[in-house]
Amino acid sequence: MKKIFTFVVLILISFNFNNKAFSIEADVFIQSTVNRAAKTLGGGLTKIERIEKLKEIAKDTVDITGIGFYSLGKHRKNLSKEQLENYKIVFEAYFLKSFSSRLAEYSNPEIEVNSKNIINANYTIVSSTLVATDSRPEVKIEWRVYTKDPDNLLIRDLIIEGLSLARTQKEEFSSIINSNDGKIEALLKNLSDFSAK
Amino acid sequence: MKKIFTISVLSLFIFASAFAGDDGELNLSKKSKPVKDCFEPINRVTFAVNMGLDKVIFKPVAKGYRVLPSPVRTGVSNALDNLSSLVTIPNNILQGEIKKAGVNTGRFAVNTTIGVLGIFDVAEKMGFPEYEKEDYGQTLGALGVGPGCYLVLPVIGPSTVRDTAGSFINIMGGDPWYNASMNGNNEYLSESTYLASRVLGGIDFRAKNIDSLENLEKNSMDLYASFRSLYLQDRQQKILNSKATTETMDDGDWEEIDSQ
Repeated sequence: MKKIFTFVVLILISFNFNNKAFSIEADVFIQSTVNRAAKTLGGGLTKIERIEKLKEIAKDTVDITGIGFYSLGKHRKNLSKEQLENYKIVFEAYFLKSFSSRLAEYSNPEIEVNSKNIINANYTIVSSTLVATDSRPEVKIEWRVYTKDPDNLLIRDLIIEGLSLARTQKEEFSSIINSNDGKIEALLKNLSDFSAK
Repeated sequence: MKKIFTISVLSLFIFASAFAGDDGELNLSKKSKPVKDCFEPINRVTFAVNMGLDKVIFKPVAKGYRVLPSPVRTGVSNALDNLSSLVTIPNNILQGEIKKAGVNTGRFAVNTTIGVLGIFDVAEKMGFPEYEKEDYGQTLGALGVGPGCYLVLPVIGPSTVRDTAGSFINIMGGDPWYNASMNGNNEYLSESTYLASRVLGGIDFRAKNIDSLENLEKNSMDLYASFRSLYLQDRQQKILNSKATTETMDDGDWEEIDSQ
């Protein structure tokens, strides 16, 4: 009996140990994501190859569904299940295109991760700096990292010089919906048109 | 007498409109309340005109300016920052930040003299803290005056009723650089000196933001709404004098979303 108990305890300990061994800190996660992106942008790939690689990175590291829901704001609650599912698909295509084309313009960006601020169990803000070049001043970038699952950290927002991209997107979406009599279909059309461009 | 009358009318205008978006409540909360876009149709037209002017005039000029050697651009930027501290210092005092006012006065003295009219930021090399601009719009905000409606001004761009009123304070005696250039009785400064400094400030700002604005234009579905959001976020952060992003953002909406 004692042996079985010891065995069970050992399994539990090793399970916990493994869990901790695989979970990484938010700042390390951001640094490794940035390194992946920098390698892609500075790796002599064609623009199309760069965009495809950046999309892969985004799928691995960004909470696209979460950002999509956040961007809907108060309108999220008015949508049917079917509309939400449709929105998820359209938003992902839009997000990946927008994300990759924004980044693909940069060549070899140098980002230094400086510090992290744990807000609560679900969120950590990681602060970093985009190093200045001759054509661009230094830029402060903060990353809102969703830490609810320590083994699967995800980026939820990029805050550039204090300006939140997610919030800007949310207000843009809201403006489109409001100027079309509150109809979500107008937003879906805009998102689809953008992805098809 | 005329000046007193103008100030009185302006004050009434600020207080009447600035609270319009707050249902009469003083908003001192760090979490933002939505700013009303009361004149959206007119604002959108003005925005379109401004974007047209930007395409034809400002952007090409800014691109040309960016060809200048980096030390030249840095010198211009430093000199403009140095001039802006003439507005920052009284605003530091009005916001009760006497220590900052002292530091900025020291910075202005050092940079204007040793730094040759502010071209070289000697104060930074001497270890002065990072310079943060302040204006009368920010001071009004810090004193609890709400932003009022969102406005897009011809040529100047995004603003609010409060920030526009703040800009008027500059030309009513609040900006020593304006006073010395426009009203000063001296042979070195004139109206054109002041206007040149303002135009150069605009070009310098535009040149620093060429890439980010191009990126924004390319990736926005409603560029007007994106500009409005970015402007209002920036002002909120500046008014709170906050570097901590989480202090200026409402996390409530994020907390509701559980995607894992």
